[in-house]
Amino acid sequence: MSKLLEVSNVRVQFGGVVAVNDVSFSLNEGELLGFIGPNGAGKTTMMRAITGVVTPTSGSILLAGKELVTLPIHSRVRMGLGFSQQLVKPFRNMTVLENVALTVGSHHTGSPLSALFKVGREDESTRARELLELVGISDAADADPSNLPLGYLKRLEVARALALDPTILLLDEPLAGLNHAEAHKLADMIVDLNTAGRSIILIEHNLGEVMRICSRLVVQDNGNKIADGDPESVMNTSAVRAAYLGENTDHAAA
Amino acid sequence: MLGLSGYEISLITSMGIAVIFALSLNLITGFCGQISLGHAAFYGIGAYSSAMLTKAGMPLGVGILGAVIFAGLVGLAVGFTSLRVRHDFLAITTMGVGFLFIGIMRQWDFVGGEMGVSGIPGSGLGKPGFMFLVLGFGVLTVLFSLHLKRSWMGYAFDAIADDEDTARVIGLDVSRYKLAAFAMGTALAGLAGALYAHNVRFIDPESFGFVESITVLAMVVIGGIGSVFGVIIAAALLSVLPLWIQFIDEYKLLLYGGLLFAMMRFSPGGLAGLAKQILPKKSSLKASGDTKA
Repeated sequence: MSKLLEVSNVRVQFGGVVAVNDVSFSLNEGELLGFIGPNGAGKTTMMRAITGVVTPTSGSILLAGKELVTLPIHSRVRMGLGFSQQLVKPFRNMTVLENVALTVGSHHTGSPLSALFKVGREDESTRARELLELVGISDAADADPSNLPLGYLKRLEVARALALDPTILLLDEPLAGLNHAEAHKLADMIVDLNTAGRSIILIEHNLGEVMRICSRLVVQDNGNKIADGDPESVMNTSAVRAAYLGENTDHAAA
Repeated sequence: MLGLSGYEISLITSMGIAVIFALSLNLITGFCGQISLGHAAFYGIGAYSSAMLTKAGMPLGVGILGAVIFAGLVGLAVGFTSLRVRHDFLAITTMGVGFLFIGIMRQWDFVGGEMGVSGIPGSGLGKPGFMFLVLGFGVLTVLFSLHLKRSWMGYAFDAIADDEDTARVIGLDVSRYKLAAFAMGTALAGLAGALYAHNVRFIDPESFGFVESITVLAMVVIGGIGSVFGVIIAAALLSVLPLWIQFIDEYKLLLYGGLLFAMMRFSPGGLAGLAKQILPKKSSLKASGDTKA
């Protein structure tokens, strides 16, 4: 399997606080990778470094061999990085369908000048409706996002990320705030997307679902990578058990 | 001619200029969500540019074109500041631009300094002819605004106006869109300013002060931020009322302030929002949202 994303020695420091400490990992093509860690592990900071919200102090992030670190967020997105955010942020001045259709039409919005001369949204709306069906919220296509429950909005985030037809899908805590049934349903949908060939990084707190659906786990704690491998062996390592359960081990220097 | 008196022709001309000016700000503030408290500066740049070019012997067309280009270029430069600052700081920055413009114009003797520019050439079209020229530009501005709103640029502006960070996440180059909004909006303000200069044929720095910036913002807010037809109606009414009913002119600011307060209290969506509340709703629109909540 070829490596789609290669994160090498990424360090993110805010003043004297090291949020991510020389972390390296990779995502292989077609893989569903779980990126986990306890609260304050720096998972979201790592995600933000990949997407461009945060600039790493040092290190390299390659997407299909191309360096991302110096690029702005929109360029990374257009290179094939689709992501759904931890806090759902639909455009509240648009319907659910319009939220997704705008993203489907990203080929029209690459340049303001070409966007000015392009009208008509029929094809994009059709594709957006298909994506809403795929994530199971097509019944809310014409709804105002402000009126929708969290489960719908989480799926809207995923549909919007998929609308870019990304090479890699980064999902930041998509199951957070959902009840058991909703989380299970959304996790199944993530598996379906992966089975259809989508390479996915799933940052998640819900260990049960992560263990159930991910083929590989990377674990981060206090900004350090402490494990990388198949879910069962990773969860059995002493460092991971210590990070989650507070067991006293000698991994602290890792 | 047309059965209109000279006074009525003046009213319609002033109304047309105000509509272009208000729609120019609507493009920046209404469509793209970038607040500007110094928009009159670009109106002034257009007015001074066309006045000086035509006084130097250039034809009216060159004067107007120069006004559009100069105002658009300065707008582009100001737009760069909008890339770095948050909304509230942008309001202060643009207000500063407005004061800077007045300060510079007062000091530059070659544009008349405090005394302003007099003897600005007329259009050569006569009053009715100039009214039609203004109305022609007004119609083009309205059509451009309506097209922009329907285009993918308008769609992208909607996203940026709502949430810039999320707009980036879906691949929008927010900086370029904001620059485009500033360049187009200020260029249109330049057009309105040029028409104003050739209409009144005398301009001074005070014609483009903070009160003018607030007045045009009031037109946009009262009309309904982002609504083309609401802003047209508000601009037409607010520009013509003080001319139509003379005593209102003395209480203009009181009137605008009162209307702004009333709109914010009772209809934050402006006249356009009010119309939506009053007019019967189409039952099929956006019905499913409530059932999902």
